[in-house]
Amino acid sequence: MPDMSSRDQILAGIRRSLGRTKIEGEQAEALTRRLENSQPNLIPQRAQRPHADQVRLFVEMAEGVQTTVSRVASAADVPEAVADYLKQHNLPAELRLAPDEWLTGLPWARKKTLTIKTGRAEEPDAVSVTPAFAGVAETGTLMLTSGPGTPTTLNLLPETHMVVLKASQVVGAYEDGWKKLREAYPGQLPRTVNYITGPSRTGDIEQKILMGAHGPRRLHIVLIDD
Amino acid sequence: MKPTSHAFKSNATTALHDERLQRALGNMRSGFQDKRLAAIDKLPEFETLRDLGRDIKNHTLEHIDFYLERFESKVIQNGGHVHWARTPQEAREKILEICRSVDAKTVTKGKSMIAEEIALNDFLEESGIEPIETDLGEYIIQIRKEPPSHIIAPAVHLNQTDVEESFRKIHNDLPVDRPLSEPRQLLDEARAKLRNRFIDADVGITGANFLIAETGSTVIVTNEGNGDLTQTLPKIHIVLASLEKVVPTLDDAATIFRLLARSATGQEMSVYTTFSTGPKRPEDLDGPEQYHVVLLDNGRSAMLGTEFQEMLRCIRCAACMNHCPVYSAVGGHAYGWVYPGPMGAVLTPTLVGVQEAGHLPNASTFCGRCESVCPMRIPLPKMMRQWRKREFEKKLSPGTFRAGLGLWAFFAKRPALYQAVTGLAMRVLGRFGKDKGRFKSLPLAGGWTSVRDMPAPQGRTFQQLYRDKKRAA
Ligand code: SF4
Repeated sequence: MPDMSSRDQILAGIRRSLGRTKIEGEQAEALTRRLENSQPNLIPQRAQRPHADQVRLFVEMAEGVQTTVSRVASAADVPEAVADYLKQHNLPAELRLAPDEWLTGLPWARKKTLTIKTGRAEEPDAVSVTPAFAGVAETGTLMLTSGPGTPTTLNLLPETHMVVLKASQVVGAYEDGWKKLREAYPGQLPRTVNYITGPSRTGDIEQKILMGAHGPRRLHIVLIDD
Repeated sequence: MKPTSHAFKSNATTALHDERLQRALGNMRSGFQDKRLAAIDKLPEFETLRDLGRDIKNHTLEHIDFYLERFESKVIQNGGHVHWARTPQEAREKILEICRSVDAKTVTKGKSMIAEEIALNDFLEESGIEPIETDLGEYIIQIRKEPPSHIIAPAVHLNQTDVEESFRKIHNDLPVDRPLSEPRQLLDEARAKLRNRFIDADVGITGANFLIAETGSTVIVTNEGNGDLTQTLPKIHIVLASLEKVVPTLDDAATIFRLLARSATGQEMSVYTTFSTGPKRPEDLDGPEQYHVVLLDNGRSAMLGTEFQEMLRCIRCAACMNHCPVYSAVGGHAYGWVYPGPMGAVLTPTLVGVQEAGHLPNASTFCGRCESVCPMRIPLPKMMRQWRKREFEKKLSPGTFRAGLGLWAFFAKRPALYQAVTGLAMRVLGRFGKDKGRFKSLPLAGGWTSVRDMPAPQGRTFQQLYRDKKRAA
């Protein structure tokens, strides 16, 4: 079969090994249905609880992986919380804000001490502030999606990454995040979906865990109790 | 360098007194096992999830052509490209073609065992393109010109002082008297050095832990964030993945995530689990303009339908080697190819041919710990026995597994590596001297010899072992 492409040869080889021909007809339809109506397989008990408990679990799990969390009563308090965090950690009051409409619409002007740029992250940006798509309680994981208002570099390049999350965005399990995502982006996922669980780390030198390998050294969540 | 038994003995003696190497292997033993236990204790559903993970992969493998075609059409729909490669050579050439299309000078790389499998770095270098490993462990072994010794902790055989030594040698633009005795200082130096490389690279190459048929997404799982920078900053993102990485849906992937990090590092979840779906969208402010997936077969399709099909469930968590008494005595380099430990003992002969790697399945005490910790419930000891039988009975038909395709190309392409592997193997094997009683059924010296005197057949050693085994059974 000298004219067969590598693709066709690989597929033919698979079918030969499995002792059958290409899957067609009813069987193909059944597999397509499995893909199109995907259902969770098993959701751990710990993720299935009332929403207020999910939020509590989210915070507990996030703190367990060295994410820090501060809580505010309303979105209007976010700039204050961001400024406080930077001061507490002796970080420069300069930040790169995700160009997301909702986030940039918060009352940043009230915090005169902050120098704010918007856009994607560039070297040497030290601090970024981004919104989130969801928080997953079972492991304290943030779910961030890329888009015009949420460039991925903000999640990765600066040493300090701050994420603004509403309590109402917290879900129980990864699968709940997928459900939300399929609804928000029907037909095509965003270019990048980041599940982020704590700040960057490595254990590559004698298995000692060190923060800030290539991604952020600090991950801070400002949680709005909405 | 021709091996002699004299040299072996003296190297063995050296290894017994090589405190650095022994200390490094000691770190490994204490690190992974306790953390894994603690993590699975916190998830009562863990055993059920293992069953589900096994079932998902079994279902996928039975219908893998369907899911791969579905994955491909989704990638194309998302604006990406899929390239199918039967052999390492086809994969390397496709990657080179993509790199040349943008006149790439440097390529950053996220950690990829498949890239090791196809010996990509040496090939790119020979083609005038500089590959830069960005995972800290991979970066360390790249500058030391060593192969990885572990699939998730490639520099696990090294100590901090080894790393310091290498950084002082390579980063020679920095002040000689700078302090580097703390891991933190080493990490900061590597971070600073690599930062600009990420930004300047023309192409970023990552592996994939999963390919999602439902959405056409590729998934990488890392702790450092290096893979994310690798795939976000350059103009082109190339994903290099073997066929069996495909799973049907995002929900199926979620089930397997719950197994992966817990089994690997004892984390509940790795820091970065990232889904890439096509190139950047027109309104996006960052992300790659081109997105390519290179799908490598290299013997996988021939494993389907055989007694080794189950090995294709492997999610490369490394639990089997972390719990293997043989691995923890000899380290990863002794296995002589990119996949060490029990999973390597089963996989390597299927990928590079039983003639070359048929001795690896002997590197086992058949204690069964690998199978008991394998999250995908792969019957590793059974398959190792299967290999022994196959090799002994010589029933292997030449067309079934392409003998030597990967291994000899791999070493032929990197003579420096060959030296490093064999040199190191000689030293780590010395550890056997200590535990002779415990490992007396282990003809690893035979394994070592076959790497040295390629392609010396291992028939005698093996047959003796087989007879012993049969008598014992
Ligand atoms: S064989 Fe099992 S334990 Fe070993 S790496 Fe693969 S999945 Fe993990």
